[in-house]
Amino acid sequence: MTTRVGVVLFPGSNCEHDAIEAVESLGGKGELIWHGEAEVGDVDAVILPGGFAHGDYLRPGAIARFSPVMTAVARFAAEGGPVVGICNGFQVLTEAGLLPGALQKNRGLKFVCTTVELEVSSTRSVLTSGAAAGQRLRIPINHFEGNYTCDEATLRTLEAEDRVVLRYVDNPNGSTASIAGISNEAGNVVGLMPHPERACDPLLGSDDGRVLLGSLLSVPAR
Amino acid sequence: MGFALPTGTAWHSSEVTFDVLVEVRLRAGIADPQGSTIERALPTLGFDSVTGVRVGKAIRFSIEADDEFEARSQVDDLCKRFLTNPVIEDAHVTLAAS
Repeated sequence: MTTRVGVVLFPGSNCEHDAIEAVESLGGKGELIWHGEAEVGDVDAVILPGGFAHGDYLRPGAIARFSPVMTAVARFAAEGGPVVGICNGFQVLTEAGLLPGALQKNRGLKFVCTTVELEVSSTRSVLTSGAAAGQRLRIPINHFEGNYTCDEATLRTLEAEDRVVLRYVDNPNGSTASIAGISNEAGNVVGLMPHPERACDPLLGSDDGRVLLGSLLSVPAR
Repeated sequence: MGFALPTGTAWHSSEVTFDVLVEVRLRAGIADPQGSTIERALPTLGFDSVTGVRVGKAIRFSIEADDEFEARSQVDDLCKRFLTNPVIEDAHVTLAAS
C-alpha cells in the first residue's frame, strides 16, 4: 500500500512542493489540501509545511489556526492520525493548541539559514520511530521565529513523557533545552523547526531527512 | 422593584462605541531580543540612561457595546483567544467611550 500524505496549502506556504517531492521520493503519494477545505480527505498522514501562512500576520500561525482545514486536522489528530508540522507548520500547531509552548524570535535576532546537527531524543513519535535514539542527523533550518519557549511545568512534562523528539547539538536560536522538535502525548502529532524535506537527496547536501519522513511513511494505512 | 429592563428594546438599544487600544507585551521573563538590541544601540547616540526597553505591538480598533463592562469583557476575551499568545504575551487594554 502506498502511504498517502496530505500536505496543507495555506496562502503563503512555500515548502509544500518540497514536502510532496520528498514524500514521493520515498515511495509515498503526496497531495495538496487547500486550507479552505473542511476535510483532510482520504489520507494516511498530514504535513503542515513551512512558509508564511497568511503572511505570518499578527504572529506566525495565529491566523492559520482559523483556516477551516485546521478543524479537520485537529479531528484527524484526535483520531490518532499522524500530523507533522515543519517550521511554520510547527508554529501553526502550537497556535492551534495541538502542541504546547510557542516559537519566539531567535536569540540574537537573526534569521538563521544553515544546516545544523540534530540528535534524535525520542523514538516514540511518528517522525522518529525508524531512527535510533541518539542518532545524529544533518538537517537544514531556515527561520526567524524558532526559539522554542514554554513554562517550566510544560518542559518537565515534555521531558517526563519523552516528548522531546529532536534537539539541536549546538543550539542555534536560544530554544529552551535545545529543543528542535516535540510531540504530543500520543506521539502522533509532531512539530519541528528543521526541514527534513530539504534533506532527502545527497545532491542537497544531506539525505538524513529520509529516516524521519520514512518513519512517517511507515505508519499503517488508515 | 423586581423587574429588569428588557435588553434589546428601545429602552436599551443605544450601544456605545468605545475606542480600544490593546498593547501586546512580552511577558516578564520572556527574552526580548528586539528590545535588548535597541537598548544596546542607544548609548551610541548618547542616551546612556535608558534601561528596560521592551518592544511590543499596539492594536487599535472600535467596538460597540452596551456599556464599558461589556466592552471590556469582549476585548479581554478577544485578547486571550487571538490577539496574544498567552504562552509569551500579555495584553494591556485601554478603553474609552468615543
